[in-house]
Amino acid sequence: MDKISALREEFEQKLARTADLIQLDKVRVDFLGKKGSVTALLKGMKDLSHEEKKSFGAEVNKLKAYAAKRIEEKIEELRRAEIEREIAAMPQFDITAPADLTRGSYHPITLVQRQCESIFKSMGFTVEDYPEVVTDYECFESVNIPKHHPARDMQDTYYLTNGQLLKSQTSAAQNAILRKYGDNLKNNGVPIKAIFPGRCFRNEATDASHENTFFQMEGMMVDKDISISNLIFFMKTMLSEVFRRDVKVRLRPGFFPFVEPGFELDINCLICGGKGCSSCKHSGWLELCPCGMIHPNVLREGGIDPDEYTGFAFGLGLTRLAMMKYKIKDIRDLNSGSLKVMSQFTDDE
Amino acid sequence: MFLSMNWISDFVDLSGLDKMELIHKFSLSTAEVESEIFFKGAELSGIVVAEIKSVEDHPESKKLHLLKVDAGDGELTDVVCGAPNVRVGMKTAFAKVGAEIGEITIAPRPLAGCMSHGMCCSEYELGISDDHSGIMEITDDVPNGTDLKDIYEIDDIVFEVDNKSLTNRPDLWGHYGIAREFAALAGRPLKPLGKEDLSAYESLQKVDLKIEDPLCQRYSCLQVENITRSVSPVNMRIRLFYCGMRAINFLADLTNYLMLEMGQPMHAFDSRKVGKIRIKRFDKPFVFRTLDGVDRNIDENTLMICNDDTPVAIAGIMGGLDSEIVEDTTTLTLESATFDAASIRKSTVRLAHRTDASMRYEKSLDPELTVAAIERFLNLLKKYDGGVKVVSALTDEYAFRYENVTLSFDKAFVDRYTGIEIDNDTIVKTLMSLGFGVTLEGDSFTVTVPSWRATKDVTMNADIIEEITRIYGYDNFDIHTTRSPLYPVRPEEVKSNEEKIKDILVKRFSLHELHSYVWAYYDEQRALGMEIEDNIKLLNATNPNIETIRKSMIPTQLCQVNTNVGYASEFGIFEIGRVVTGMTDDDLCVEKKMLAITLYKKTEDVKALYFKLRDILAVLADDVKHSTLSFVAAEPEHDFEHPVNLNKILMNGAEIGKIGIVHPTVGRKIDKKASIVFAEIDMQSFADVENASIVYDEPSKFPPMDYDISVVIPKGVLFADMAKCWANEGGDILKSAKIVDSYDTDVFHSETIRFEFSSNERTLSSNEVQQIMDKVIANLKMINVTLR
Repeated sequence: MDKISALREEFEQKLARTADLIQLDKVRVDFLGKKGSVTALLKGMKDLSHEEKKSFGAEVNKLKAYAAKRIEEKIEELRRAEIEREIAAMPQFDITAPADLTRGSYHPITLVQRQCESIFKSMGFTVEDYPEVVTDYECFESVNIPKHHPARDMQDTYYLTNGQLLKSQTSAAQNAILRKYGDNLKNNGVPIKAIFPGRCFRNEATDASHENTFFQMEGMMVDKDISISNLIFFMKTMLSEVFRRDVKVRLRPGFFPFVEPGFELDINCLICGGKGCSSCKHSGWLELCPCGMIHPNVLREGGIDPDEYTGFAFGLGLTRLAMMKYKIKDIRDLNSGSLKVMSQFTDDE
Repeated sequence: MFLSMNWISDFVDLSGLDKMELIHKFSLSTAEVESEIFFKGAELSGIVVAEIKSVEDHPESKKLHLLKVDAGDGELTDVVCGAPNVRVGMKTAFAKVGAEIGEITIAPRPLAGCMSHGMCCSEYELGISDDHSGIMEITDDVPNGTDLKDIYEIDDIVFEVDNKSLTNRPDLWGHYGIAREFAALAGRPLKPLGKEDLSAYESLQKVDLKIEDPLCQRYSCLQVENITRSVSPVNMRIRLFYCGMRAINFLADLTNYLMLEMGQPMHAFDSRKVGKIRIKRFDKPFVFRTLDGVDRNIDENTLMICNDDTPVAIAGIMGGLDSEIVEDTTTLTLESATFDAASIRKSTVRLAHRTDASMRYEKSLDPELTVAAIERFLNLLKKYDGGVKVVSALTDEYAFRYENVTLSFDKAFVDRYTGIEIDNDTIVKTLMSLGFGVTLEGDSFTVTVPSWRATKDVTMNADIIEEITRIYGYDNFDIHTTRSPLYPVRPEEVKSNEEKIKDILVKRFSLHELHSYVWAYYDEQRALGMEIEDNIKLLNATNPNIETIRKSMIPTQLCQVNTNVGYASEFGIFEIGRVVTGMTDDDLCVEKKMLAITLYKKTEDVKALYFKLRDILAVLADDVKHSTLSFVAAEPEHDFEHPVNLNKILMNGAEIGKIGIVHPTVGRKIDKKASIVFAEIDMQSFADVENASIVYDEPSKFPPMDYDISVVIPKGVLFADMAKCWANEGGDILKSAKIVDSYDTDVFHSETIRFEFSSNERTLSSNEVQQIMDKVIANLKMINVTLR
């Protein structure tokens, strides 16, 4: 019996000196292994009497169970100590250091264009792409601006040496779109609903508010019974979506050769809400987009019978819209290619 | 154009109506009114007629005089006055103590030591003309003390209409036409113009007149003499001044007045200089001196008014100096004519000389106006100068008549076009108030267009819709959406690719989208050592530096990189824009929409940057089209392309663009310490590649097996060449081959390639993998790639 208590004493001492799992395993092997001290005790029982064997064996087994439990406890203790050491060793990182904001950017025109496109897409309009180099027919003749029409003077057009030109207005796409979808309208009754954003060019000197290269978005809808009432509805809806609030619109007569009647559409000033400020020249209104009922000549030239179909068309200055939205003062910034300026437009909203 | 409410009120009774509200309505229904409205006379009060009773020299000043004036209040007032035209007995405008002129309130004050109890005023000081040569002269018949506003139309509301919004309305270039709009908007009748009956002079001799050119549509004239008046009535001068014109002399003022009233320009010639009026063009260019004293070059396209063969005026633009009314003119010939609008417009542009007259003629004036204007002119002339005598019969050549326009439509047409209900009665009333003739039978309208709207403005039914709706008021429209059927809309491939590409480049690769111009940047490109490649040019570029359209967007981007060096040590830019790559057989531009990407990094490791760009393109191909790219070495075509590292990009075998390293000549000019790489992709070619769909590959339940080989690769052998060695050997169990390590010595280039095998059906045996690899290794040996 003394042997047992001596062994227990020895076990406790060794366990206390154990500093890691490797040492602990050695302790376990030394005591509980096949050749360990406890096993040796059991082997030494053969000289004892039956009675003695019984009580001694029970004591040894107790010791064995005790040692196993103590080793488990020690493992747990050592693991905890190791984590604590790891924690203690961990420095506190300075999370307040400036974040790395390396990221790309969209051109602001892309952002406003996407916004406008998504509004019209949601109303079933197609989005059309069109070349920048067009013919005189596309840009003028087909949209009711014959040769010598004063409207040609209103826009100083860049002509190319082969007689083509850089489109001065997105209307240059109207004829092609009418022809592209005309059959579907006439044969299947599918209304023509299209928007066509694009880059336009005017031969003029540039300054903070004039550019020779700018973006417009034009849209049109043709069907039986398209009315002025529909036009106003679509304009108001679109602009309310663009500006994310219920905008007030008003129409004034405006003269554009490709529409009749033609309108200038104003919205109530975004800055002053209509009270009058320097942005709206104290009128409370901002002139925003020309629009109107598609001129019968334009429909006819596009192969559509104006007696049977009517339509509306509108133009929206995407460049102007981007400038309004982001409060860009100098229009030349948009084509400057300056990353200092352009890298700021990182997402749609 | 400035408009006077007093003048408009001559022709329509607007009493009891809110004038500001009417102007607002006009702006919404007819033409844009500028936001600043001028309340003339509002800042003027207490100005009376006073008579100068005595004039004495000022003791301290040579310029000033001491006056005693009778302002009608029973005693004389002491006034100090600096005007040169003071004289005893003269009546003038006098601002009494307490009077207000603008922000000034007149108070007694000393002038050079003498007290002045009020101020004698010039017309300029009163704001009714630009005459500041002296104090205002008022006729003797006005009693002293009369408030100036009781005798003159000083109070007025003047507003400005944006000329651009009158482009297609020739009838609105005079007050009478404007008054017609106000009458329609106010629902009040338009009064007729006071005119002189010319039939009384029918027996007199006609003027010798002949139109010899079809550009003159109508020419009417009349000769008058014995005009004695030289200064226009005050009210006429006030109106002219308020409307932005200077008073000159009675006759010139009256022609201007007529133009502002009726929109019809008129001209007065000295009859001695125009005995034989001929209207024609000349075969040869010549120099002609206009009445403003300027010599102008007249070419063979410019229509001239001539006295036989001697030009006396540029038709519709300006009279000549030689035929102008002079002091000894006794008989004058009044011209009232109409010319071809386009011809006048072109002449104006050629001469770079736009006048109030040409501005009106450009709009296609109503030829019916010419005689009416003479009738009106004579009416006013006789009113203000009673002794005037007509010495010729009205002479009128009417060479070109516009056709009468009659339009028919029914109520359903109006309903369909407007989308709202406007009743027949309103339609009839509206059109009639604007001068249209209307007959209505049942629901069918027949409308005759008045001559002043029929020159180009109203020609078809859609034009009538505008007339009806603008007066109805767009603010009054009930608005609603369409009843059109709905159909699905499929996006265009190029367009949807574009948006996806932008998102990937911005969101995943942190590139910046920039915009640029479609022409070559001459100075910037040359500064970087890039020649301007010959290409289609602009015909009329005002700036010669932008005349050539670009063939590639990369030079543009290199210029942009150059200006942004210093923005960051590494950045990438992209743009989807246009180039013209050549001409078709029909001499039309071959325009292409390109995606251009340029990467810049301060690094000597150009390979890493080049590969980064390759990876970006591969991701675009994979993400947008689920396709893979391959590359083939390309010959440089442009001076910015690196001769060694330039590749065509192929997607599913189709060429879609180019990738390359920037030529060191250009690169060094931008930044010696940086690497720059570029790629340009044809968006249409990209879109044309069939959009492969995702093929779902079920993960295998069986363990994959990797097999690495390290090989020594001779110069010139590409990975793409090696890939052919296993392309047909792996069956369906070789899933991928990747470079996991590469190693270079002076003598050889080595790569470790990891082959991944797996099967969905079974656990692979090392034997079958070994068999495949043996074949691969044998194939590699054929191209001199050996195991290390």
